[in-house]
Amino acid sequence: MISVKFFASVRERLGQASIDLELQAGSTVAEVLAQVEGIAGVSLAGQHLLAARNQVHVPFTESVADGDEIAFFPPVTGG
Amino acid sequence: MTVRVQQEAFDLGAELEAHAQPTAGAVVSFLGTVRDYSDAADILAMEIEHYPGMTERELERVAQEAQRRYDILDSLIIHRYGRLTPQDPIVLVAVWSLHRAAAFDACRYLIDVLKTSAPFWKKEITPAGARWVTDCPGCRAGTQHGHVHPDVLEEC
Repeated sequence: MISVKFFASVRERLGQASIDLELQAGSTVAEVLAQVEGIAGVSLAGQHLLAARNQVHVPFTESVADGDEIAFFPPVTGG
Repeated sequence: MTVRVQQEAFDLGAELEAHAQPTAGAVVSFLGTVRDYSDAADILAMEIEHYPGMTERELERVAQEAQRRYDILDSLIIHRYGRLTPQDPIVLVAVWSLHRAAAFDACRYLIDVLKTSAPFWKKEITPAGARWVTDCPGCRAGTQHGHVHPDVLEEC
C-alpha cells in the first residue's frame, strides 16, 4: 500500500487531498499518476506537475516502493 | 540553523535579536511581503498552502546546503502559511557571518533556492475571485530537480 497526496490546484482538480493505492510491482511515479487519474476519472494532462517521494523531490521516472508516500503538486510558488 | 513554518506573524527585529551571534560582524536579512497587485488585478488577500513535513525538510536541506557553500555562522528561515493580507510579511531569511560578503551571498542563495523547491503554493484572492499563482520558478531558473510537463513529456 502507498499513500498518495495532492496539493493546491491538483488537490482541487481531483477533489481529494489523498488516496491509498495498492502498489503495482515495479511502478514508477509516472505510473502511480496514471493509476490515480484512472481511479479519479480525471486527466491531469496539460497540467504542470512536480512529484515527491517520501517528502523529497523526484523525477517521474523514480521507482516507488511499498509503504512510500508519493505526492503530486503544481510548481511551488512560495517565498 | 533554524527553520520555522508557522501561521503567526513574526517580528523582524525580535527575531534578529533572539538569534544574534556574538562573533558575527554581519547579518543580512530578506523580508518578503504580500503585494497588493498582480497582473492588473487587486489582491485582497493571499492564501498560502504547504506540504507539512516536506516543507520543513526541504527548508532544512536548503539551509544545510547554504552552510556548506558559504562561510556563515548561522541562518534563520521563517515562512508563513494561511491567509495573509497585503503588506503582511510572508518570509524571513537571515544570515549571520563574520564578514558581509558571505552573508549577502548566502541570503540571496537561500531565498532563490527556497522559491524553487519549498512546497508552498499561493492563491490570490481578488475582487474577480480566487486564482492560484501559476508562475513556475523552476522553469524560469532552469534549475535542478527535473520536473515534467506531462503534456510535453520533457524535463524542465
